[in-house]
Amino acid sequence: MKTLRLLGASAIAIMAATSFAQARDQIRIVGSSTVYPFTTAVAEQFGKTGGFKTPIVESTGTGGGMKMFCDGVGVNFPDATNASRRMKIGEFEACQKNGVKDIVEMMIGYDGLTMAFSKKSAPLKLTRAQIFLALARNVPGPDGKLIPNPYKNWNQIDPSLPNRPIEVLGPPPTSGTRDSLHELFLEPGAEQIPVMKALKASDRKAFDAAWKTIREDGVFVEAGENDNVIVQKLDANPNAFGVFGFSFLEENISKIQGVTVDGVEPSHDTISSLKYGPSREMFFYLKKAHVGVVPGLDKFAIEYVSNRAAGDGGYLEKKGLVPVPKDKLAISQANVAAKKVMTGEGLPK
Amino acid sequence: MTELAQTLSPAPVAGVDFASGAARARLKKRYRSEARFKALGLAAVLVTAAFLVLLLADIIRKGAPAFFEHRAQLSITLDPATIDPKGTREISELRSADYQILVRAALIAQFPEASDRRSRRELDRVLSSGAVDDLRSAVIADPSIIGQTRSMPLLLSADADLFMRQKSRLIERRKGAGPLHVEGEGANISIAGGGNVFAVALAEMKTLLAARIRAATAELAGLQAGGTSATVDAKRAELEKDIAALQARAAAATSPETLTDREPSLIVAIGGGLLKITEIGSSEAKAVTLVPPKPGAIITEWSLLKITTPESNRRVSDRVAAWVETLSARGLIENGFAWRFFTNGDSREPELAGIRGALIGSALTLLVTLLLCVPIGVAAAIYLEEFAPKNRLTDILEVNINNLAAVPSIVFGLLGLAVFLNAFDLPRSAPLVGGLVLALLILPTIIIASRAALRAVPPSIKEAALGLGASHQQAVFHHVLPLAMPGIMTGTIIGMAHALGETAPLLMIGMVAFIVDIPQAITEAATVLPVQIFLWSDLPELAFQSRTAAAIIVLLGFLLVMNAAAVILRKMFERRW
Repeated sequence: MKTLRLLGASAIAIMAATSFAQARDQIRIVGSSTVYPFTTAVAEQFGKTGGFKTPIVESTGTGGGMKMFCDGVGVNFPDATNASRRMKIGEFEACQKNGVKDIVEMMIGYDGLTMAFSKKSAPLKLTRAQIFLALARNVPGPDGKLIPNPYKNWNQIDPSLPNRPIEVLGPPPTSGTRDSLHELFLEPGAEQIPVMKALKASDRKAFDAAWKTIREDGVFVEAGENDNVIVQKLDANPNAFGVFGFSFLEENISKIQGVTVDGVEPSHDTISSLKYGPSREMFFYLKKAHVGVVPGLDKFAIEYVSNRAAGDGGYLEKKGLVPVPKDKLAISQANVAAKKVMTGEGLPK
Repeated sequence: MTELAQTLSPAPVAGVDFASGAARARLKKRYRSEARFKALGLAAVLVTAAFLVLLLADIIRKGAPAFFEHRAQLSITLDPATIDPKGTREISELRSADYQILVRAALIAQFPEASDRRSRRELDRVLSSGAVDDLRSAVIADPSIIGQTRSMPLLLSADADLFMRQKSRLIERRKGAGPLHVEGEGANISIAGGGNVFAVALAEMKTLLAARIRAATAELAGLQAGGTSATVDAKRAELEKDIAALQARAAAATSPETLTDREPSLIVAIGGGLLKITEIGSSEAKAVTLVPPKPGAIITEWSLLKITTPESNRRVSDRVAAWVETLSARGLIENGFAWRFFTNGDSREPELAGIRGALIGSALTLLVTLLLCVPIGVAAAIYLEEFAPKNRLTDILEVNINNLAAVPSIVFGLLGLAVFLNAFDLPRSAPLVGGLVLALLILPTIIIASRAALRAVPPSIKEAALGLGASHQQAVFHHVLPLAMPGIMTGTIIGMAHALGETAPLLMIGMVAFIVDIPQAITEAATVLPVQIFLWSDLPELAFQSRTAAAIIVLLGFLLVMNAAAVILRKMFERRW
């Protein structure tokens, strides 16, 4: 009983001391761990030069960030969220339902999803169809019907590929990068295969299931969220491939190289021109209702899409961001300046 | 006593002969078994110790570089026209000035040839953006230095810093023999020397070809096994052509070789300048200027530097490497202790990132935890052990406390989110909430440990106090509790050490975040040491890996201090009976 009373007393004491939770003078951002390195760089720069407190950036993952962002308007909810993909229609609706009506969307740059491997091995070119055949759980067999993936070595998929076992380390299902692996590698890969394309026309569900399911027989290994660990493993095992964002490839060029996908090598130029197929756009979402309430929020957004940050040669490029072309960045800049809100049209499901 | 001695003394038992061979064998077997157990025990201890030493050595080896930094001592002109054009000397003016221009000018003074736009951009990679911050704070601290020219230590960038560290491993230096004739300037330099001065270097480049031939041959062999098809045939033909070309180049021992960024870089250091070779023959070479040498056509004193890692495999380009190397040759680069690691908060620049924010965050969080846990935990333990009636309710309570000690920590995070943040409206990311959640997490541990400590006090002490007329409460508080104190403290410290290492429950309440400002109070946003380690370990920059290890060293140090305090306190309170 004494414990309970003590607990109660302390709870009351805490409640009495909580009036400071109301006003907030610091921007709060949540969201994707892929965008985190860039948003934090802007936050730091903003804190140093803008005359405002340095914003707090939490790393919660794209989905988790969207949920918190859409929970409501007010100082208890984050002002902005990072996303390594576009907001989904369901998330937009959830936002609307909870009173987060006016959202400003900013495309801040590109990230190329790369498949990388040790520099000790010879360079390799793969098509996304080959990557699909290597990673999907069910692949078309000789008669065109889906069968459990029989491929163990790369040269079984195509004789011109090296005679080495297929070994791929990739992100777990909780990661936004895993979504990108499915959407940027496996779905387009499946579409490159005529049999699968026919299947898409006849049985959309079976087609979707095929590219959404990765094999579980030990060929694809879920290596956790920490991409540095994957890099270390690739360095130790010349046969293994790792799947992660371009910035990790760029930072570790002394150890690893990227697979040339569909004839295009991953690089700044090929990603920003979208020639490199598995490129994805990264977004930053902002609550218009918080502008003017949380000091500096609009200035932060302006800094983010400014030429010196997200522009060509800006400081985010040094951090591994692949900048958007000038004309596209100008659109983002105009949107931010005018605080243009999203209408929800054209959002993915 | 005598009876006891009699029953225990080894009286001869009928039928058992202790001197027989069988008995001796049995005895031997028992001794053997004991020796075996001791050996296994020792081996277990040794294996554990070996792992510990291995782990520590690895962490210290990786983390040590983060405690040191390289600085370039450059003479910098604090031009009033740039810093304070209006001449008001107002802090806001001084803060928003562009100090990057001044820092860049200091570098251009060293390398006058690097003043075009592209070179300027590359020049920015030599120094850290922290150099600009240092300059800004120096000016704000003492505006009277504006207008002066002073020599200031400017922090190198993480990449340049890494290059300085690895220099001795990365660069092979060979003294050149015989005079060299250098002609041309900029990107068109031809170097000529008599008597096959570059023969050794050329031969080394030719051996690299052999490795490429081997790799291509192995690939070809793999293809042969793969069967035939149109694509395979095309690839095979291509490979065969490559191999033939490579073999021809390798066979011609004196033919010049073109160097690309995929081969090791060869640099001629001559007359204080650095020339990068683009094409090498046995006695002549073509080169581009990295740092221009002093004028003079024929020079006998020179050396050939080989950067063993190809340029495409490095973060530092040949040009930046040449600048850093030249600064170092001019004696302008110093290596010093990185105090900023202990005075800075988090940063996205590895060379600027510091541990102070997380350290203070951890201290504040643990303070809240300690202040809540010890009174509540000990009071609960005393009540349950000494005063509570033994009935079904207290039984249920006891079972629940034991269960709570085994609940996964993330559950407490969810509880914290639901109760402290959503219901009580406490600030997010604050050490106050972190401390509350961790207090809930370790409370069961402390209650269980405290109860065990109370139970371990001999009942005779309490009974004696009661016998002399003390009340139950007096007996417990004056006699039992002081004797149980060392045990209670040990339990508390174990709990606190547990709390110090937790990250999972803090994720839900927003403490896994990038926070630059150092927290001043328990309601300000903060992060803690293990979270900082987790966040740094996930960043792409290489230099953050040594920061991660360094942060682990700091965490271990924090733990050591806590445990040492516990040992000292325990010694102070310890009493024997």
